[in-house]
Amino acid sequence: MSEVKVYERPKSWMPNVSSHYCPGCGHGIAHRLVCEVIDELGIQNDTIGVAPVGCAAMIYDYMDTDYCEAPHGRAPAVATGLKTVRPDKIVYTYQGDGDLASIGMGEIVHAANRGQNITVIFINNAIYGMTGGQMAPTTLLGQKATTCPLGRDAKVNGYPIRVSEMLATLPAPGYITRVTVAQPKYIIKAKQAIKKAFQNQVEGKGFSLVEVLSSCPTNWGMRPVEAFDWLISSMMPYYPLGDFKDFD
Amino acid sequence: MGRVLMKGTEAIAEAAIQAGCKYFFGYPITPQNEIPEYMSAHLPEVGGVYVQAESEVASINMVLGGGATGYRVMTSSSSPGISLMSEGISYIAGCEIPAVIVNVMRAGPGLGGILPGQADYLQATKGGGNGDYNLIVLAPSTLQECVDLTQLAFDLAQKYRNPVMVAADGFMGQMMEAVEIKPSPTKDQPADPTWALGFMEERGGKRSHLHSLFLAPEPLEEHNRKLQKKYGAMKAAEQRCECYHMEDAELLIAAYGTTARISRSAVNNLRAEGLKVGMIRPVTLWPYPYDAFKTIPSTVKNILVAEMNAGQMVDDVKVATGCRYPVSFYGRTGGFAPSVKEIEDECRRILAL
Repeated sequence: MSEVKVYERPKSWMPNVSSHYCPGCGHGIAHRLVCEVIDELGIQNDTIGVAPVGCAAMIYDYMDTDYCEAPHGRAPAVATGLKTVRPDKIVYTYQGDGDLASIGMGEIVHAANRGQNITVIFINNAIYGMTGGQMAPTTLLGQKATTCPLGRDAKVNGYPIRVSEMLATLPAPGYITRVTVAQPKYIIKAKQAIKKAFQNQVEGKGFSLVEVLSSCPTNWGMRPVEAFDWLISSMMPYYPLGDFKDFD
Repeated sequence: MGRVLMKGTEAIAEAAIQAGCKYFFGYPITPQNEIPEYMSAHLPEVGGVYVQAESEVASINMVLGGGATGYRVMTSSSSPGISLMSEGISYIAGCEIPAVIVNVMRAGPGLGGILPGQADYLQATKGGGNGDYNLIVLAPSTLQECVDLTQLAFDLAQKYRNPVMVAADGFMGQMMEAVEIKPSPTKDQPADPTWALGFMEERGGKRSHLHSLFLAPEPLEEHNRKLQKKYGAMKAAEQRCECYHMEDAELLIAAYGTTARISRSAVNNLRAEGLKVGMIRPVTLWPYPYDAFKTIPSTVKNILVAEMNAGQMVDDVKVATGCRYPVSFYGRTGGFAPSVKEIEDECRRILAL
């Protein structure tokens, strides 16, 4: 009788380490998907990650690949430097929405506009997690945060930014897609997108970004299951899933 | 290549290429634009890459990433641009990444002007960015020294895994002089795979991660201790200073960069008149050449600090001399340099006291 393997930790997940993420946080799922893709593509020894500032700042504690820290928002510039000197390596950034869409908006736009052959995993949970639930550029209208306690007001705070749609207006970036980790059926698609975004870089095709709609039950003030339900009912209508660019 | 007449900025750029720097990340700002222009034209000839960043913030972080591979990378800028880079420089120091940064200093504060200045002395030597870190800061006084110190900067950056700044004022950048630029003996120095990113295979599957984040106090203090030990080694081994007619001087001028060049002429003229004036010229602004200041002879009665700023080096001279001498200051700002005559007059005034 042949042995059936039902579960194993990814090889590129740091051995004997558990994450610090809150129950119901999407980071753990997204991290695992990245690790699975790195394993499946056989690129663990050739991958250099760039860590953000935010809840995922210590991503290098969980992923067993070369890793470089970046100042808040600057990961695409750090990745540009890495990839310029080592075009033979697989360079990716993993950034949250405060990091990428607020303080680092300049760096992501220009890295995309140069068509840098890097991979960007962009976690959008519509809030600042690590600092304790402040309004993010992606916070929905009416959504409460510690710095918009009455809910986000477009007249005062502007509108939540749809990063993927905006970057897709540029001619240079190759692959831009939005996925979520809210349910298993979406997670399967999210993994396919992340794998494609890394495969694109392996093939030298150019800039790829996967926006992952994720949850922050702690700062949303919800239980984990409620949080994923809210993600589907409130975030997904404003941030629709799908490909915005695929080398077209 | 024999001696050729070159502009300072272009000499710095060619010196860097001859030191094996193949990757340059930069952003336009006057008065250093010839460096990125030269690099964009000549790096492809040696298999290198020039990347024009979207800002100085981006260019220093490209240097952070590029330097993290262990290969020779650099950027250049001028005063307001260096201010924007200060965050990245602190991270580069904290992550222990080798990098070379050229600052062709202009007059400030703020946007200031595009004319030469030395008003970034304190920013370069005392911080700029956050936290306990230090750069090695080299201050050339001739274009040949621009060449030699730029090449030295790459060696020191790799030796100590630390950012090194060449602090050249705008005159150094924009004047022309004969220079000889030879390939650096360390031009083809490979990256050190024991720590550099991109060598996981060579390390037998052991990864490297470069970071300045240590959330717990114990490892962060340990990291700081390690950095301070390194800075201590730099202080012991890397002080550089020129003493000019110091042996019997009664008045000593302390100056660096272009102001030292002007002061040298003043010393020569005053010596011709029989006045015993000398000069002490820090070449490393950090580590400060305390050892050379300890050799100041007992004939010295006064020290005059001359700078193109409002007196930023005065405190370092007082500390280096243990406040044993009266220290006065003569400087110009706004893009002016003190003239030879102005320095001579100031020396005569002090000697007549």
